[in-house]
Amino acid sequence: MDDPSIRDDMAETSPAATLAEIRAGSYYDSVVLMLLQRALTELPGIMDAGVVMGTPANKELLEQSGLLSDGIQAAAPEDLILVVKAESEEAGRAALAGVDDLLAARRSQQTDGYRPKSLSSATRMLPEAEWILISVPGRYATAVAREALNLDKNVLLYSDNVSLEDEISLKETGASKNRLVMGPDCGTARVDGIGLGFANRVRQGRIGIVAASGTGLQTVMVGIHRLGCGVSQAYGTGGRDLSAEVQARSAKHALALLKEDVETDVIAIVSKPPAAAVAQDFLTEAAACGKPVVINFIGYGSSQEQLPTAPNIHFARTLDETAEIAVCLTTSADSQSCVESDTLPTQATDTPPRYVQPPQPHTFLRGLYSGGTLAYEALFVLQDSLPSVRSNGPLPGGQLLDNPHRSQGHTIVDLGGDAFTVGRLHPMLDNELRVRRLLQEAQDPETGLIVLDVVLGDGAHGDPASELAPAIEEAVALAARKGRTLPVVAVVIGTDADPQGLDRQVEQLKAAGAYVFSRHDDAMCAVARAFAGVGEGQPYGLPKLEDGVPDAKEVASNSSAFAAINVGLESFTDSLRDQGAEVVHVDWRPPAGGDERLANLLTRLR
Amino acid sequence: MATSIDRANAKAVERIVEARPVLTGLGKALDLIPGMHEDLLLHAGPPIAWEEASGPLRGALIGALIFEGRARDEGEAERLIVSGAVSLAPCHHHSSVGPMAGVISPSMAVYEVENRTHGNRAFSNLNEGYGKVLRYGAYSEEVQERLHWMHEVMAPVLGAALESSSGLDIRALLAEALHMGDEGHNRNKAGSVLYTKQLAPHIVKSAPDAATAADIIEALGDNALSVLNPVMAACKAMADAGGEIEQSTIVTTMARNGTEFGIRVSGLGGRWFTSPCPQPVGLYFPGFTAEDGNPDIGDSTITETAGIGAFAMAAAPAIVTFVSGTPQDALNATLEMYEITAAEHTSFTIPQLDFRGTPVGIDLRSVVETGITPRVNTGIAHREAGVGQIGAGLVRPPLELFTEALIAFAEEYGF
Repeated sequence: MDDPSIRDDMAETSPAATLAEIRAGSYYDSVVLMLLQRALTELPGIMDAGVVMGTPANKELLEQSGLLSDGIQAAAPEDLILVVKAESEEAGRAALAGVDDLLAARRSQQTDGYRPKSLSSATRMLPEAEWILISVPGRYATAVAREALNLDKNVLLYSDNVSLEDEISLKETGASKNRLVMGPDCGTARVDGIGLGFANRVRQGRIGIVAASGTGLQTVMVGIHRLGCGVSQAYGTGGRDLSAEVQARSAKHALALLKEDVETDVIAIVSKPPAAAVAQDFLTEAAACGKPVVINFIGYGSSQEQLPTAPNIHFARTLDETAEIAVCLTTSADSQSCVESDTLPTQATDTPPRYVQPPQPHTFLRGLYSGGTLAYEALFVLQDSLPSVRSNGPLPGGQLLDNPHRSQGHTIVDLGGDAFTVGRLHPMLDNELRVRRLLQEAQDPETGLIVLDVVLGDGAHGDPASELAPAIEEAVALAARKGRTLPVVAVVIGTDADPQGLDRQVEQLKAAGAYVFSRHDDAMCAVARAFAGVGEGQPYGLPKLEDGVPDAKEVASNSSAFAAINVGLESFTDSLRDQGAEVVHVDWRPPAGGDERLANLLTRLR
Repeated sequence: MATSIDRANAKAVERIVEARPVLTGLGKALDLIPGMHEDLLLHAGPPIAWEEASGPLRGALIGALIFEGRARDEGEAERLIVSGAVSLAPCHHHSSVGPMAGVISPSMAVYEVENRTHGNRAFSNLNEGYGKVLRYGAYSEEVQERLHWMHEVMAPVLGAALESSSGLDIRALLAEALHMGDEGHNRNKAGSVLYTKQLAPHIVKSAPDAATAADIIEALGDNALSVLNPVMAACKAMADAGGEIEQSTIVTTMARNGTEFGIRVSGLGGRWFTSPCPQPVGLYFPGFTAEDGNPDIGDSTITETAGIGAFAMAAAPAIVTFVSGTPQDALNATLEMYEITAAEHTSFTIPQLDFRGTPVGIDLRSVVETGITPRVNTGIAHREAGVGQIGAGLVRPPLELFTEALIAFAEEYGF
C-alpha cells in the first residue's frame, strides 16, 4: 500500500527532530498500537513516540506530549498516526522505517487462515461458538454487541465508554433472548473451564461466581483455587451493573444461570457497594435461589445488618474471605453451621510473612495498585487503622487525592484509573508506569512503606516480577542511600497454573526484598500492624484450623468444547487459544472506514 | 423500510441464482442483438467517447470498422466515429458483453444465450484465441484474416452445431468446470474442453467436410478461452435476471472500458457509477512490466457479478500464482467475498470449501460497510493497440464507486 506520508521536520528549530507519518485507512487495535509505541521509544535515539488512530481525543493526547503538528491535525479518525521525537533526524527516520517490521513481526505470529471481517462470517466459520468477546473502541461497541445478540450469542463486552442507556438497552435485549451480557467494562470471566479476558487459570469446581469487578473476581477465583477448590462458572457484569440505573440486570441473569447450573453448589457474589434498593432486590433473589450464597459488597460488609438476610446468605468482608467461606460451604457437609463451627481450612499452599518491618516514624503508606478493586479493598480494610488515606478512587466519604500523580500522606492510588490509562496500556499489561511511580515514591522522604499488587493470569504481563523486582531493589537501595528503610509489600494474585509461573514471580519479588503475600487482606493486616508498630500477629480473616480441603494438585480439567469469537484485542484471542479453546478472531474495522456520515446512512439502510 | 431492501435483495439474488442460461444459437449481431443497427459499434464497460478511449479500445474499434468494410485504415475509422456517422454504445446497453475491448460490430457473429427460467437473452462475440487479436486492439491483416475465417468458416458450422445440439446448459457446464479447477474468468481450461467435447459430434455432423470440422474442433480445443464468451453471455443473462428490482442494493453490472470502471445497481435502473480504472496487480509475461499495462478493460467482470471468477477463486488454486499467492490465499479470496455478498449459489459449489455455494450478489451496503471491494481476476492488456495480453492478475474496483452509488441509492429512495 502506498500511504500518503507527511513529514514534519523541526530539525532547524531544535536539535531534536519530530517526524510524523500518516497512514490513511489502516486500523489497528489499541494494544497493538501501544506496544508499537513502546517499541519505538525503545529504539536508539528516540525520545518519545506516539502511535495512535487519528481521533480527536488521541490528537489531544499528542498535543499534551508536544507531538502534535499541523500535518497530524489533518489526520482522520480512521488514519494511523505515527510520530517520533528523535535526537536526530536520521534516528527518527530509521525508527519510522522500522514500523513495518515491527508490525509484521506481530503479524507473522498469526496463522495464515482466513480471518473473517464480520461477526456473521465468524459465526458461519464457528457456529458452535456461544460467546462473543468484544473489545472494540467504545463508540463502536454497542453496535457490535447488538449484532452479537442478534446472532443469539452471549456477550463479553470489555469496551468501556458505553453509555448507560446503551448498557441498559443491550442488557434488555440480552434478557429477551436469554443471552447474558457481561459488561461493558467487563474484563474477566470464566466460562466452561476457559478464562475470558484477564483471568487466572484455576481448577474447575463447584463454586459459581458473579462479579461486578475484574480484579475482585480474579482474587476470589485465585483464593478458591489456592484453597484446593475450583470454579464452575464465573460471570462478570461490568462495574455499573448494580447501580440504581442498571438494576443488576446482568447479575440477576448470571445468578439465575448459576441457580440452574447443576455443576454449581455454592455461589459467590462480588461487587462494590450496590445501590441500596438494588441490593435489597438482589439479595431477595439470592435468598430464594436454593443454594448457599456468599456476598461481598466490598465495604458494605460492616453494615450488613441493614441488608435482608436469609439462612443461605453469608456475608464476607474481604475478597479472600469470600473465597474462604465459599470453599468452606462446598466442603462442609452441613453448610449452615460452617462459619460458626470454625471448620475453615487454612491456606493450602502458602503461609504469609509473620512480620513486616515497621516503617520509620512520621512516614506514610504508598499503595500503588494495578487492580482497582484491590485498591478499594485496601482502603476499606485500612480505614480503621490508618487515618485519612487518600486515593484517586476513595471510599464513599473518603478523601480524594488532589493530584493522582502526587501522593499526599497515606495514599492508595489505582494506577489503572482513567487519569493513568488514557492512551496507554493498563498497568496489568505494562509495568513502566508503576516502576516510575515506585521510584518517585522511594525518593519521597515521607514514604514509609510501599504496597504493590501483582496480578498474574492470562491477559496480564508475561513476567511482571522481572520488571518490578529490580525496581523494588532500586527503590529500597535509593532509600537506604538516604539513610532510610523502606519496606515493600507485594501481593501476588495468581495460581500455580498461571502462565507467568507463580513460584517464579514470588521468588523474584522475595529476592528483591519484598514481603510477599498471596492474600490481600493478610497483607493489609500486616501493613496496619506495621504502622501501629506491632510485630508478629495473626493473619487477617477468620480463625484458621486444620487442613480440611481436597488436594489442590489435580490438574484443572479444561473443557475442550469451549468456542468463542473475539472482536478487538488480539491478546484475547491468543490467550483463548493458549487455553485450548476454539476461537475465531474477527479482523474488525470501523464500519465505512470510520466515516460517521456513511455509517449512519448504512444504519438507516440496514 | 430497511427490511424492504433485504427483501428486494433476496428477490434479486434468487433470480440471479435461479436463472438457467442455455447457449441456444449463433447468428449475426444485427439480427440478434436488440437495438443493434448498421452504424453502431458496441464496446466493453461504461459509455465512452473516442477521445477518452484507451489504445486497445481504439484499436478494436478501428479493426471492427475495417472488418465491416466501412474503413480502410485508422484515419477513416476515426473520422467515422468522431463525425458521429458511427456511434458507440456499451455492450451492456444491448444485453451483450464482450471480453477486453469487447467490440461487437453489426455483421459479427454472436452467441445467443437464453435464460430458460426467466426468458431473457444475452449475447457475446466469438473468442479469437491468443496473440494478436481484436479484443486487445490488434487490427492488422492477420487479425482480419482470422476474423474472416471465424465468421465465414467457423460461425456457420458452430451455429448449425448448436442447433443440432438443441442447446448447451452453460450453468451445468460451469458447475462442472468449477469442480475441475476453473473459476470461470481467468481460468476456463476445463470449461473449454467440456464445451469442445459437447459440441464436437455436432460440429462433425454440421461441417461441410472433415477437414473443416477438424479445423474448428482444433481451434476450439486449443483455445483455453473458447468457452469464455458463452460463459460471459450466460453470466450476463443471470445478472440481468436480477436487474431492475426496486429497492435492491445488489450490484448487477461491473465493467471497464479501459479508461473507467463502471458499476450499475439493481435498484437504480440503468444508472452508471464510474471512476478511473485502476491498473491490475499481477504477473507480467517476460519482457513486459506494469509500465506497459493498460488500465483494466473488459466486460468479463460479469463473471464476478454473477458469483464466479475471482469469487470462486477457491476452486482454482492453480492460478493464484498470478498474484504469487498460495492455495490458502485462493481460499481466503473466496471467503472474503462472502463478506460482501447476499447469498451463496445453489448451482456453483466449491469442493475445497466443503461444497459451499460461491458467494453471489454483491451488496452495495456490505461493500461500503466493510470497505472490502469485489475481487476481479483479469487479463492485462498492453496500453498500445494490438500488442495483446501481457499479463494476468487481480484488480479491485475503487471503493468510491460503491460509496457514490450508495449515497445515490439513499437519495433515490429517501433514506
